[in-house]
Order: sequence, then C-alpha cells, then structure tokens
Amino acid sequence: MPARLRVHVDPEKCQGHARCQALAPELFELDEFGNAHSAGDGAVAEGLEDKAFLAKANCPEIAIDVTEE
Amino acid sequence: MSDHAPVTDWISDFDHTDPRWTENPYPIWDQLRAASPVVHTKRFLGCYMPTTYQAVREIAHDTEHFSSRRVIVRDVRPETLQPSPPITSDPPEHKPAKQLLLPPFTPAAVKKLEPRVRAICDELIDGFIADGKCDAAARYTKHIPVRAIAHMLGIPDEDSDLFIRWIHEILELGIKDDGILMGAVQEMTGYFIGHIESRKQRPTDDLISTLMNARDNNGQPLSDAHVLGSLRLLLIAGIDTTWSAIGASLWHLARTPSDRARLLAEPALLPTAVEELLRAYSPVTMAREVMKQTVISGCPVKPGNMVLLSFPAANRDPAVFPDADKVVIDRQENRHAAFGLGIHRCVGSNLARMEMTVAIEQWLKRIPEFRLDPAGRVTWSEGTVRGPRQLPLLFGKAN
Repeated sequence: MPARLRVHVDPEKCQGHARCQALAPELFELDEFGNAHSAGDGAVAEGLEDKAFLAKANCPEIAIDVTEE
Repeated sequence: MSDHAPVTDWISDFDHTDPRWTENPYPIWDQLRAASPVVHTKRFLGCYMPTTYQAVREIAHDTEHFSSRRVIVRDVRPETLQPSPPITSDPPEHKPAKQLLLPPFTPAAVKKLEPRVRAICDELIDGFIADGKCDAAARYTKHIPVRAIAHMLGIPDEDSDLFIRWIHEILELGIKDDGILMGAVQEMTGYFIGHIESRKQRPTDDLISTLMNARDNNGQPLSDAHVLGSLRLLLIAGIDTTWSAIGASLWHLARTPSDRARLLAEPALLPTAVEELLRAYSPVTMAREVMKQTVISGCPVKPGNMVLLSFPAANRDPAVFPDADKVVIDRQENRHAAFGLGIHRCVGSNLARMEMTVAIEQWLKRIPEFRLDPAGRVTWSEGTVRGPRQLPLLFGKAN
C-alpha cells in the first residue's frame, strides 16, 4: 500500500496569503481572518497528492509541511 | 521640488526615482544583485536595498531590527509621523490593528464583490470599445480599484478623481516635496472626518462604520486618529497598487500575442497567469527604518538608515525563480512576494487578485485582440508603486 500523505499548516508562520486554499480547496480551509489550516485531520485523499505538493510549493511563508506516514 | 542628480554608479549610489529606474528597473536590479545582497546609497538621508529574495525575506521577517513606522523612502524624514495602522505598526500593536481589517478581505468576503467589479469593468469598456482604441490606464485600469474600494468604504464614486490626486501627491510627488505630502494627507483626513461625523448621526453597514464600531483588546472603541489612519491606508493602498497590476498585465498581453492566445484558448489558466504577472510585474516596493544594528545576508546594516524593501526585485531573483526575467504564463511553483512577506502581508491581497482576474477576464472577453498603439507612448509611475500611467492600446488584429 502506498504511503498516505498528511498536510499541516504552521499557524505561527501562516500570514493568510491563502494560496494553499486557492490551489487545493479540498485540503485547506481558512478561518474568519483568512488564515489557513488543514481540512479535517490533514489526511490527503488518494488523487490529491499533487495538489498537496503544489500548495506547499506556492506558500510564500514556507508554512506548509507534507509528511508521509 | 528637489531634483536628484543623475545616477552614475548604481551600486554605491542607487536612486529609485531616477528616470532610468522608472522606465526599466530590471537590468539595474540584476546589476545590484550581482554586486551584493544588500547595497547602500547616501541619497534619501541614507538607505539600504536588499537585492536578493533571501535578504528581502530576512528583513521582512525581522521586526526587532526593522520598524515599519516609515514605509516610504523619501528625501526627508519628518518627525510628525502620520500613522496608518496596521501598515505603520510594529509588534505588539500591529496584530490587533490588523485583525480588525482582515475579516472583510478574506477570499469568501471579496467573492461577494465580484459581480460589482465585473459590472464596473463592463461599464468602463462600454465607454470606449466603439472607438477602437483607448488609453487603458486612464480609461480602464485606474477606475476599477477606485470604484471597488469606494463601494467597500461606502463613499461616492464621483469622488474618485479626488482620491487619485491625493495618491499621486502622497506616493509620487510627496517623495521629494514634503509640503505637497502634508497638504494631501490633511485634505484626505478632513474628507474622512466628514464621513465619520455623518455616520455618527446615521450609521451605515460599510467599512467606515465597521472601523468606527470596532473595539480594541480592552473593549474600548478605536481613537478617531486610529480610524482615520486606517481609512487613509485603505484608500491609498487599495488603489494605485491594483491599478498598476492590472495595467502591467494588459501591457504584457498587448505585446505578447502568444500569451494572449493561450489565455483565450484556456481561460482556466487565468488564476495561474495572474500569479505570474504579479511576480514579474509586482507593483509595490515598501520600506523599513533600521532601529538596531544587525547583519543581513552577511552585510552589516546600521541604524539611522532607511531600507528600500523591493518585493519586485526579490521576485526577479534567479536563485529562487528559474527564468526569472521571463514571463512563464503557466508557472506552477510561484512563491512570489508581490504582497509582501511576514506580518505585513497585504491585507487586500485577495481583493487585488479578484480585481485583476475579473478585469483581465472581462477585457479578453470583449477585446480579445489588442496591441500597443505605435502613435502613443507608455509611461510608468515613479517611486513606490510602479505601473503604466499611460497605456495607449489599439483594438483588433494588426493589418
């Protein structure tokens, strides 16, 4: 079975550029101030792996981690 | 108004108001970046400029050594500061001032304004499309953000020309002439006092009332000075920035038929293209004041100097962006800093992105073919915000 991915946004680093939510709305949500957090427990559903890495690569604050479990 | 001597050595004597910089800054930035990650000029009473993405990032994230109390590099540094929270705020005051402004500018909130912005674009295009040509800076790009922010603040569209004049006086003429700067700030403050007074009698549901009703951490209303400062900020920061970004985008598409054809064939590419246009033609350069001695990318930086914090130059750094000097309209990895980095990330970034996307989309829909008018001349604004101020375009295919 392939490794499952999980996304995580560091709340100390996130400044609300909202790029992750625009690129991967299935994986990221914004709060009332526009700051991001991972949707649910951050688990990346099959088929969304590329979007997870795209969001990470476009975060200007380098606030997103994609980990394998 | 003081005229500056022409620059003869960019590396030790840079000047971002030099006409050559205004016309085409990119080769100058490449030259500075090749010389050092941080360069210095004696002009503007002493000023550094970080030239790499890394050095810009270090400074933007370092609120201990660098203050935002002055965010524009000018010839003079008047002691009577005119704060415009949160852009001129440092920690710990910054966070509560910014949080007040964030909810009306989330992607979901600005999405609600999209139909209004689309209607503004269509009305503007209706006004010139039959002429077969227009100055797109004067007739189109300028008016979109003014009307959008006027709509949000709840102030009349008809006052747009007034706002545009104040912005020109504060961000361009005011760099070299303190009297013009102060005059414009006073006029603008007087204007907003009138709007605040009228809302005390008859409250409204616009952004001015939102600020008037806001409470600080201690449950107290904001001071009038705070409300006025934030209103000045929203008006100044929300207009010629986006005007510049839309204008530079149309300028690029007018001279790049292949990118235009690609967007017409693949409209879904537009959000990606907008990010690349933001990177390549970022309009906004900010400033910081050095408060304590430190080292940035190996270069010593001393108090008493300003810092020209050029996000546009950072976005052209080839160490971070392959083919940094080319517009790659489908660039996938784009960690650009057009809206700043760190705690001062532009509060209006989601609004600006929406306005840019809608303005380009409506333009391409109605005027799919266009080019620069060889009979006219493109001119660019000087100083802090760079974008086309004259953009003469001809519609239709070239014969």
